[in-house]
Amino acid sequence: MLTIILKRAATVVPTLIGVIVVTFLLTRVLPGDPAVYFAGPAATPQSIAEIRKSLGLDQPLPEQFARYVDDLAHGNLGNSLATGRPVLAEITSRLPASAELTLFGLIIAVAIAIPLGILAAVKQGSWIDHTCRIVTTAGVSLPVFFTGLLLVYVFYFRLGWAPAPIGRLDVFFDAPPHVTGFYLIDSLIAGDFELFRAALSQLILPGATLAIFSLAPIARMTRASMLAVLASDYIRTARASGLSSYTVVVTYAFRNAMLPVITTLGMVFSFLLGANVLVEKVFAWPGIGSFAVEALIASDYAPVQGFVLTMAILYVALNLVIDILYGVVDPRVRLEA
Amino acid sequence: MSAAPALSVEGLCVEFRTRSGIVRALEDVSFGVGKGETIALVGESGSGKSVTAYAVMGILDPAGRITAGRAMLGDLDLIAATPRQLADVRGRQIAMIFQNPRTALNPIRPVGRQIADVLVRHRKLSHRQALTAAVDMLRAVGITDPARRAKTYPFEMSGGMCQRVMIAIALAARPSLLIADEPTTGLDVTTQAVIMDLIGELAEQLGMATIFITHDLALAGQRARRIIVMHAGHVVETAPTKELFANPRHPYTGELIAATPDSATNLNALASIPGSLPDLRRADLPPCRYSERCPRKTEHCAQPLPRADANAAHDVACWNPLPGQTAGARNASAA
Amino acid sequence: MTDIAANSRTASGVAALLHHARYVIGENSVTGLAFGLFAIILATAMLGPWVVPYDPLASNTAEALKAPSLAHLFGTDQLGRDIFSRVVAATQLDFTIAVSSVVLVFFMGGLAGVAAGFFGGWTDRIIGRIADTIMAFPLFVLAMGIVAALGNTVQNIVLATAIINFPLYARVARAEANVRREAGFVEAARLSGNSEWRILAFHILPNVFPILVVQMSLTMGYAILNAAGLSFIGLGVRPPTPEWGIMVAEGAANIISGEWWIAFFPGAALMLAVFCFNLLGDGLRDIVDPRRRT
Repeated sequence: MLTIILKRAATVVPTLIGVIVVTFLLTRVLPGDPAVYFAGPAATPQSIAEIRKSLGLDQPLPEQFARYVDDLAHGNLGNSLATGRPVLAEITSRLPASAELTLFGLIIAVAIAIPLGILAAVKQGSWIDHTCRIVTTAGVSLPVFFTGLLLVYVFYFRLGWAPAPIGRLDVFFDAPPHVTGFYLIDSLIAGDFELFRAALSQLILPGATLAIFSLAPIARMTRASMLAVLASDYIRTARASGLSSYTVVVTYAFRNAMLPVITTLGMVFSFLLGANVLVEKVFAWPGIGSFAVEALIASDYAPVQGFVLTMAILYVALNLVIDILYGVVDPRVRLEA
Repeated sequence: MSAAPALSVEGLCVEFRTRSGIVRALEDVSFGVGKGETIALVGESGSGKSVTAYAVMGILDPAGRITAGRAMLGDLDLIAATPRQLADVRGRQIAMIFQNPRTALNPIRPVGRQIADVLVRHRKLSHRQALTAAVDMLRAVGITDPARRAKTYPFEMSGGMCQRVMIAIALAARPSLLIADEPTTGLDVTTQAVIMDLIGELAEQLGMATIFITHDLALAGQRARRIIVMHAGHVVETAPTKELFANPRHPYTGELIAATPDSATNLNALASIPGSLPDLRRADLPPCRYSERCPRKTEHCAQPLPRADANAAHDVACWNPLPGQTAGARNASAA
Repeated sequence: MTDIAANSRTASGVAALLHHARYVIGENSVTGLAFGLFAIILATAMLGPWVVPYDPLASNTAEALKAPSLAHLFGTDQLGRDIFSRVVAATQLDFTIAVSSVVLVFFMGGLAGVAAGFFGGWTDRIIGRIADTIMAFPLFVLAMGIVAALGNTVQNIVLATAIINFPLYARVARAEANVRREAGFVEAARLSGNSEWRILAFHILPNVFPILVVQMSLTMGYAILNAAGLSFIGLGVRPPTPEWGIMVAEGAANIISGEWWIAFFPGAALMLAVFCFNLLGDGLRDIVDPRRRT
């Protein structure tokens, strides 16, 4: 098994190289003078010249690249103009907020989408099947920020069930002592149930927004995969052997059907990481998405570059994990090595 | 046939709803299998032999419907049975093995566990007992080093081994009837013979009745005691094997025999059966579905076919059968 | 040589296709609905700005934040602009963005893909590397990066959308070109003196089009969502230009105070358009290749 992990990890290296090259190019293809962008909108010609010197923007391109890679190796992603702090520090401090939100949304999505897809396949033509199709078609058409706003309007403004969309916690609460950075977990560790409920209530609407968004591809893939598996020869054999419905559907069909769904998760993460940015803006969530958006508005380029790079590396890592997971679960891959 | 047949199919009719119309796949199919008897269901592709088996087992495609008939397994009518009853009986009293054994096994489950699943379900063994018994089953079907093999996956095995595993799964609960649907298609010739021998031995050991479904009349001739010939969803002739080859009565059977090679045949001398299967979606199908390609057709052949005679040893559904030496034919020739 | 018959689009071939298309549309009411809706959106995009009741850019603070009424079907926004007029006017911009993105990616991805499949070797490897690198990024994040780097304009939104869809089109085109590399009509074209590039552009690429047309419809929907998303976070379209995404952003702050109509109608228009393109894609799939129905 270790060989599988190492082999897969090795294939990631060229991808990472490509990612680093692209993020480097993104800031060097800026129309006009990159130094102007890094110096910010309020810069004087003198500070621009200084920035140019200090960032090495007057050097030839290959040297700039070498410097860029060197900086990355030392964790230097530049500084944010707005806060003055190193970009890496900002990103690491805000990452748990985004991670908690994304994981929360994903778990809800999976918990609904997979049973929905299975039932739709097992009971083809039933109302569950039609519901599943409507959900998947509508879910793909809904802009995620629109869903978020609709949810806020209905559940906060009209029904008053949800709290105001102002971030992770209401003003009256303080963050729990930092262990993981996930408020849900940290508040439980601290034994503070009031805080837990407060954090949870803030998570529900943005989490639901992300969940609705990612529900569609997962449900669709589960249904299609189950349908294909249920029509296969080995399910016919299982039925002919008189195995119970539970054994046929769960032990035989579901486990086989889940394999393509695992690979779909990679694509779902691509959408999720993008949708995260939009949802964070709607709900004023203090994660790295809103960090990037604020930086964009302020024409602050180092954070944007750091954001794109971080998200890409995260995405590559997630895909690697999914790949390895698939390799572990499917014996055909596992035993090939 | 012995007094109480293992399986008795009476008047089975099956149709399929498709985009281009309703396919009348089976019409008035009747036959029986005695306890411990080995018979063969023979016919060309599309004759309805597999559909018959699937209908009896209750695993027809969702587009298929059984519109009439009974399939008596002892006291139970399989056609009228509830899904619950069917699931209890399948694997336990009546089992089936399929062609393409590789795809017919769960690709991500060790073969030992697949056998154990049947044992847990039908013989009520505990999980651990079932795994041990599974290894015994693997040994019984002739797989060497069964304890190690039980942990392997189908993709690690040859086609012949996979078929042995399927036999092990089918026979794990000691059924009284086995349906083998083209079990040797896709296997090389040596393996074919070995598998057929294996099925024969196990059937004898267990006192199990067997129905071979095949398009290969020669194979049927070697292994079955009685042969049922099907054409376009009808049973056209039923006879003990020797009698069938010596005295074929239905014109189609005659053509089949003439088209079947043996080791002495010159390929150029092989006859082919004229015409092709009629389109089963037609609303105007004649009562005898062979009549349109039959050289012995008369005007009498437009009449509905004579009813099957369960007691006749050699039964043929034809108004103008081939002249035979025995007096057992139930209908006088019209010509 | 069935390739020649199958692949050259003769006049009778086109007529047969249209006949089949009409049959499929008539058969399936949902597909018919999608085509009808598409026609409406197209008409709105082309004629909208001329027939709107109010000037989409004209502000009238006296009429600000009015709920939907007969005078203002969709209400007014913070600056008193008529939202109905703005939503209709925005159709043109969003539709143009969608179509441009799709046309651009068809040529970019399509040509690159057929080149990769046709020439193989280094061309294939390099294009494959480029596609893989693009796919290594979460798509929306990459779009953000591209627009931020190249400048905050509509053209760059179109370019960014084309780039992030490039791998998919390249892959499909490559597969098709691979199949057709040795086809009869290609040999014939070569023998009549066509250069390899001409063969690519005029013989192979047109044959890849029907297969890609289904994907193009889906990409149109995605392009609109992408553009709207980027505008929502302040990239691309700048106020006061009416565009559905930016209008939702403008109305977002007012949701909390209950003025739902400012964000709702542009959002609903977005949803409707994307929904229509998705259904259209399904319908096109039935027309082009009924075997691939889901």
